[in-house]
Amino acid sequence: MSTMPAVGESLPPLSLPPISRTTLALFAGASGDHNPIHIDLDVARSAGLDDVFCHGMLSMAYLGRLLTNWLPQSHLRSWSVRFVSITPIHGEPTCTGRVTAIEDLEGLPVASVELEVVLADGTRTLAGVATVSLGELQ
Amino acid sequence: MTANSVTRGRDIVGLELPSFTAVAERGQLRFFAKAIGQDNPIYWDLDSALAAGYTDLPVPPTFLFSLELGRPDPYRVLRELDIDMRQVLHGEQGFTYDRTAVAGEELLFCPRMTDYYEKRDGALRFLIRETEVTSDGAPIARLRNVIVVRELELA
Repeated sequence: MSTMPAVGESLPPLSLPPISRTTLALFAGASGDHNPIHIDLDVARSAGLDDVFCHGMLSMAYLGRLLTNWLPQSHLRSWSVRFVSITPIHGEPTCTGRVTAIEDLEGLPVASVELEVVLADGTRTLAGVATVSLGELQ
Repeated sequence: MTANSVTRGRDIVGLELPSFTAVAERGQLRFFAKAIGQDNPIYWDLDSALAAGYTDLPVPPTFLFSLELGRPDPYRVLRELDIDMRQVLHGEQGFTYDRTAVAGEELLFCPRMTDYYEKRDGALRFLIRETEVTSDGAPIARLRNVIVVRELELA
């Protein structure tokens, strides 16, 4: 069973392999986001870009894995992210989270978790925060 | 031009988009799990999900956004504002949950445009949509979506 986390504690990070064109094609189909700018080089070039870039929601889904690897999904009350920069094709994301506060909400402990996705070259792509219930943890 | 785009943009604030129902199908959730490299079997193996206390495969945290992409005429607002898909970036996304939805459950989505603003003299336009999700009248989640529209030289 999970044990009660402490303020300052980091979540076990989630490092992903470089994002391939195959992953973007699969994610387009699986997620229902068919915007061709992520999968069709011709469309990307017509918008003045050198190449396709990754779906922001793919990185958010990786952050979702970070959170549900840490605690069961039912503990996740709310979260939001800002997509602060584009993830280029072959970007290699690492998801991290850190508990920044634990407060009592209606008698139950609730943690604030700071979230980040950073690429291997240091580019920060997503920044966010989650509110996670710690009730029922010992 | 900019004043005009602000007026047209502000006109969409409060617009209620058509509500619609959506169901997360098991096969689609398995495909999603594969696409994001999900290694936790509760998201793709029914027996594991049942053993974890779910009544079917759980809908993972961001998948409600995917279901919302299936809304009728998804590009209506962009079309009304003469925005090309290639100009659109996802700015922010948020979720607030009441409980975890599961595969097969009929979910009702009620989306609404809640804000519009511009920055840098209209070079960046921000459209905010909020969506309530319910199941049999009981709350499931709320979604908040911010898209950013940039000026581009389009071929």
